[in-house]
Amino acid sequence: MGMIRAIALVAAVGLAGGAAAQPVTTFRMDNGLDVVVIEDHRAPVVVHMVWYRVGAADEAPGKSGIAHFLEHLMFKGTETRPPGAFSAIVEANGGNDNAFTSWDYTGYFQRVAADRLELMMELEADRMANLRLPEAEVLTERDVVLEERGQVVESRPGSVLGEQLRAAQFLNHPYGIPIIGWRHEIAALTRADALAFYEAHYAPNNAILVVAGDVTAGQVRALAERHYGPIGARVVPARLRPQEPPQPAERRVILRDARVAQPYIARQYLVPPRRPGEQAEAAALTVLASLLGGTGATSVLGRALEFDSRVAIYTDASYRGVAVDSAVFTIGLVPAEGVGMAEAEAALDAALARFLAEGVDPGQFARVQARVRASEIYARDDVQATAREWGEALSAGLGVEDVQGWPATLQAVTPEEVMAAARRLVDPGSRVTGWLMAPEAAEAAE
Amino acid sequence: MMRILAGLAATLFLALPLRAEIAVEEVTSPGGIRAWLVPEPSIPFVALELRFRGGTTLDPADRRGAVNLMVGLLEEGTGEMDARGFAEAREALAAQFGFDADADAVSVSARFLTENRDAAVALLQGALAAPRFDADAVERVRGQVLANTRADSQNPTRLGTRALFAAAFGDDPYGSSGDGTAESVAALTRDDLVVAHRAALARDRVHVAAVGDITGPELGLLLDSLLGGLPATGAPQPGAAPLALEPGIAVIPFAGPQSAVIVGHAGIGIGDPDFLTAYVVNEVLGGGRFGTRLMAALRETRGLTYGVGTGLAAMDRGALVLGSFQTANGRAGEAVAVLRAEWARMAAEGLSAEELEAVKTYLTGAYPLRFDGNAPIARILVAMQMQGMPVDYTARRNALVRAITLAEANRVAARLYDPAALHVVVVGQPEGVVPGPLPPLE
Repeated sequence: MGMIRAIALVAAVGLAGGAAAQPVTTFRMDNGLDVVVIEDHRAPVVVHMVWYRVGAADEAPGKSGIAHFLEHLMFKGTETRPPGAFSAIVEANGGNDNAFTSWDYTGYFQRVAADRLELMMELEADRMANLRLPEAEVLTERDVVLEERGQVVESRPGSVLGEQLRAAQFLNHPYGIPIIGWRHEIAALTRADALAFYEAHYAPNNAILVVAGDVTAGQVRALAERHYGPIGARVVPARLRPQEPPQPAERRVILRDARVAQPYIARQYLVPPRRPGEQAEAAALTVLASLLGGTGATSVLGRALEFDSRVAIYTDASYRGVAVDSAVFTIGLVPAEGVGMAEAEAALDAALARFLAEGVDPGQFARVQARVRASEIYARDDVQATAREWGEALSAGLGVEDVQGWPATLQAVTPEEVMAAARRLVDPGSRVTGWLMAPEAAEAAE
Repeated sequence: MMRILAGLAATLFLALPLRAEIAVEEVTSPGGIRAWLVPEPSIPFVALELRFRGGTTLDPADRRGAVNLMVGLLEEGTGEMDARGFAEAREALAAQFGFDADADAVSVSARFLTENRDAAVALLQGALAAPRFDADAVERVRGQVLANTRADSQNPTRLGTRALFAAAFGDDPYGSSGDGTAESVAALTRDDLVVAHRAALARDRVHVAAVGDITGPELGLLLDSLLGGLPATGAPQPGAAPLALEPGIAVIPFAGPQSAVIVGHAGIGIGDPDFLTAYVVNEVLGGGRFGTRLMAALRETRGLTYGVGTGLAAMDRGALVLGSFQTANGRAGEAVAVLRAEWARMAAEGLSAEELEAVKTYLTGAYPLRFDGNAPIARILVAMQMQGMPVDYTARRNALVRAITLAEANRVAARLYDPAALHVVVVGQPEGVVPGPLPPLE
């Protein structure tokens, strides 16, 4: 059931993406709406997306979950369209629609036949300006969100650990708040909270329109002027978020849960994100994640822990650099049968230390760079993924040049830059370590 | 209410049928291997999909999990290359290979660049025809399979689905996980893997689809080199799976805030003349989107769940219709009752004329959206072959949907849905759910 209005998943993504692959046109309308058009004329289909530069990290204290709750409520009607009409009209036109929320953005999209693009713009522009929320709809939808939290977080110990890791990682920055919100705060959210958040943040000058597929930039410009053009710009609050203090102490989170079938060790490090005009270190971190945690048979951690010492049956490393304030580098490990948590973590630290001492294997580095180049070719097959990449990057404050320059920045990374980035991973003062384990295993490990 | 009707009327006016214009070439290699091809030279790579019919169903009863473990080892070494050598070669070519096994097929998905196509195909050929099954690789992948099995044992939805299939199909392979059990996987030997490989990967059961930067003659030569070394015939395919699913409610205790609910009974198979109509009717009840009856009843009206869906599980040797959702333990009884009532209403009353028109517009409009890349098109074309569809089906499918009459739809709704036959599995700590016979509907 992947169809439900969902929280954006934080998952490993392709190395380069298609940002530089398709013909792309960008422009800004008079009311401040940024527009990106990505042309792909192979099939008579378009994806139409509106991204708002607001997310869970822009919520007021005590109102966690309001960005995501509002995302749900955006389907509950406008001054001229009743609840449910939005999706009903999209479906009646053979399209699919959905929405997603993250810490830095909230996005809405439809996939339809190319000749229905104007109708999608009419609908999306309508709810950008004219949301109307019946009280009864709000309360029922709040129950739906509580069920969503029950399903995607509370029923999954791994998700609970992930939530706790972030909360421990970010003492001061609102990135520590779960996107969906804490249960007790979701349960207290009101119609007035949602409308206040909507009025503060949903404006054309705080949004990005991305249209990808069988359409030209000229067509998009004309349609966007007609439907989004009349919506006036408004003052929106700046994203002034409390930043993290230095971290003098190592942090640990241990979750013991009877539902854990497979123990898991997770490491998170606070690292820089891609910054406008300054993406070199993020590129090095991206390549580092691929070296440490790519295919088990060739990656640094896979070779050391799955093949040589066999203390692990699975390892991974990931880095997502698109974020307004700071990014997280993650390492994960599933211990082999009979291997204790402390033993597995020590082996992980030893593998990292050895990598720092020995440096990058030139053959592996060359293979990663071959995949970076190839990923630009493969990415051209998935225009929707390219559209997401643009929307996410611009939502987080990156510019057109940053997006278009990213593949070249990745290819310019040197082994020395990778090793400099890797030295961040030995500082206990920037990391949080999580253990996910069943109660019995917890006792055996001590 | 008037406004939504007006809105729908306006959009129906716009709803011109979109064509799914996929020009499929039928290719036969010099060696006799048949394939469907869509040439798409604009991007310099090829997406290739292979399906070997049979899958984990070919496991001998006392070797459950053999095909699955064998498939997991295809990328773990061939010829002079061990697991690492194989992975390094694949990465150097920037080729992407995926191997999977389900109850009906072994699937191979590959993407490779035009610039090194021959080398990528040679590498894949070695993986398919001559996997090494090295002892250390067998132990490593066995450990991964056992970890997956343990994880499934703590996944409420997986537990419920597994229980329903066990109740439906018993000792048939459909009745148990193709991954095998901890005991059966632990007992598998290298010889078992060799036998499974010989049984499952053969030319008499392979279907092929390719989309991308390649011509028909080039594809023919590629397929002969890729598959020519496989045996001509594999293990015999078993017959239909006996289905014996009793109505009633089963509860599997599981700690957690929610209950996972899985329901089902006998369904309609792909080869049945009513299948497409059943698919359309099911889309109205619980297809994977917002505007279904069950989403309205459980989510939009009552806030009982984040999502609910139903589907036709039309497998090669048996068919079920299934539904599933998760809900808070305290509201599980109410949610099950609402689902059963909708199931009964669909069986008794069928669709309205408006619902049928709306779902036809949706399905015919959404169909072309599936064909939005080389890789998705290749997956669709190979699935069509597995389902016995003709090569021109994509061009005719929307006309077939539009031709369905209300009388046909409602005859099939009554045939498909049987509220008295429902088998309900609830995994959790549900309130208001009593194991045993189905209580009467209100």
